Amino acid sequence: MRTLTTRMKVWWAVITVVVMVWALLPVVSIIATSFKLPSQLNLGTFWPKTWTTTNYEQIFAGSAKDLFLPALRNSIGISLIATFVAVVLATLAAYAIARLDFRGKRLILTTALGVSIFPVISIVTPLFNLWRSIGLYDTWLGLIIPYLSLTLPISIWTLAAFFRQIPWELEQAAQVDGATPWQAFRKAIVPLAAPGVFTTALIAFFIAWNDFVYGISLTSTSAARPVPAALAFFTGASQFEEPTGAISAAAVVVTVPVVILVLLFQRQIVSGLTQGAVKG
Amino acid sequence: MSDRARDEARLGWWLAGPAFVVMVAVTIYPILQAFYDSLFSYRLTAPGDKAFNGGQNYVVVLSDPVWWQAFWVTALITVITVLVELVLGFLLALVMHRAIRSLRGVLRTAILVPYGIITVVSAFAWFYAFDISSGFVNHWFDWVPGIDPDLNWFAHQGTSLFVIMASEIWKTTPFISLLLLAGLSQVAGELEEAAEVDGATWAQRLQRVVLPNMKAAIMVAVLFRALDAFRIFDNVFIMTNGANGTTVLSLLAYRTSIGRLEIGLGSAISVLLFLCVIGICFIAIKLFKVDLASARGEG
Repeated sequence: MRTLTTRMKVWWAVITVVVMVWALLPVVSIIATSFKLPSQLNLGTFWPKTWTTTNYEQIFAGSAKDLFLPALRNSIGISLIATFVAVVLATLAAYAIARLDFRGKRLILTTALGVSIFPVISIVTPLFNLWRSIGLYDTWLGLIIPYLSLTLPISIWTLAAFFRQIPWELEQAAQVDGATPWQAFRKAIVPLAAPGVFTTALIAFFIAWNDFVYGISLTSTSAARPVPAALAFFTGASQFEEPTGAISAAAVVVTVPVVILVLLFQRQIVSGLTQGAVKG
Repeated sequence: MSDRARDEARLGWWLAGPAFVVMVAVTIYPILQAFYDSLFSYRLTAPGDKAFNGGQNYVVVLSDPVWWQAFWVTALITVITVLVELVLGFLLALVMHRAIRSLRGVLRTAILVPYGIITVVSAFAWFYAFDISSGFVNHWFDWVPGIDPDLNWFAHQGTSLFVIMASEIWKTTPFISLLLLAGLSQVAGELEEAAEVDGATWAQRLQRVVLPNMKAAIMVAVLFRALDAFRIFDNVFIMTNGANGTTVLSLLAYRTSIGRLEIGLGSAISVLLFLCVIGICFIAIKLFKVDLASARGEG
């Protein structure tokens, strides 16, 4: 370990503070805004003069309740289902890619890569039209299906990278020691694969949670509209009220749990992202 | 082909097939449909009038200055954000790489916060921060030349684009820096130590050892960020909705097809955007000779 001189310590402190301010300021600013009284929004100050939970009451029990709560339910449900389906399909595919020798592996990986570069807007126009004619417009299923175009490719890449590092010979070793094939798989491979599957699920969930284009294009009511889209259509309690406070409160509610997840599992997420993206 | 190999291939396709079919269905089908629709004069406000008109939609779009304006704004945003993100991301990666263990943890934790925030929320955060009446930026930074408390950031093209690009850079630089940090950690170690023993200065090591070995990681990061930036939508929609010359291609496509229900014209714009994205990939592969598959992890 290097020893630091006082001057270097000061430099590191400065750099760390600069990076932290840069990374956290916008977040802290929207949290501060969410606690401001509507009448104090235009003071231009960073912190609220008086702290209030009015905005939170408005989105959970007040006038914005009918906009926010269904959207929250839609976001959670649709993102979880899309994540689950993507991770199951991707686990099977990645297992085959890492474990079996067959032509077409490269085709599958290249397809995943190709799918991930598709502009969402190019996909959404025809879907908008088709969904309207077959009744999937403004439904959960109508979002879950296109979300797979976002969650499936990255799940396949991330899981394939994870699965390649698993020493598959362990399974045979366990069988030699007298385990049945299923026992060998369950006891030797599953514990090694589970962290990768979990990390992939987290990443896929963030991506689904983040979607905006599908959300605003393929929904029209609170039946399926997810939070990001709902925020864009938030209007105040009355037409003349600025919805800034309510939007900020809603933004905090959908951000804080996700940020906590990221921070709790930061090690796994970083390794998942970098392994999936650059050869590990 | 032996029986065993055939069995393995069959099992492989049984396992990977569903994922493959779903991927093709959710992307290839829509893009083919978009190609098809782009050849018709087709608006949902008058669905009966759907008629084949050859490439007429493309002529209309490409002779419209609005499309070209959106194209150049999108290209400008892409080039600037990717360059800035690359420099900032590399600096940040270097800092994290050199930092002592405890600081590295703090820094990584901090920069993962932007990653965990949905783009729409970060767009609102930046929008409110720069808002002329309620934002804190004008009040905090009025000592900076060019910023006065009466500067309305969203009333001009240049300042609007500045805020849009700043929010984009804020959101995605962490991802680039993590990729580069991973590359850096691989390269560094032994190679760097060897060069250090040979008496190379820090700058020399960076230039001769570290950068050349990180070429693949850098190229992949640039390419993927460029593709992402070219599809920019969320923050533009929230902050300006295209006002004052900030319309980007995705927004134009959205507004044409889903806003005005001009499916034919909107599809043509979607297809053109798709072709631009393919073009970026093609240029990147030719220019940098990046083997995407191997760089992305296929061994």
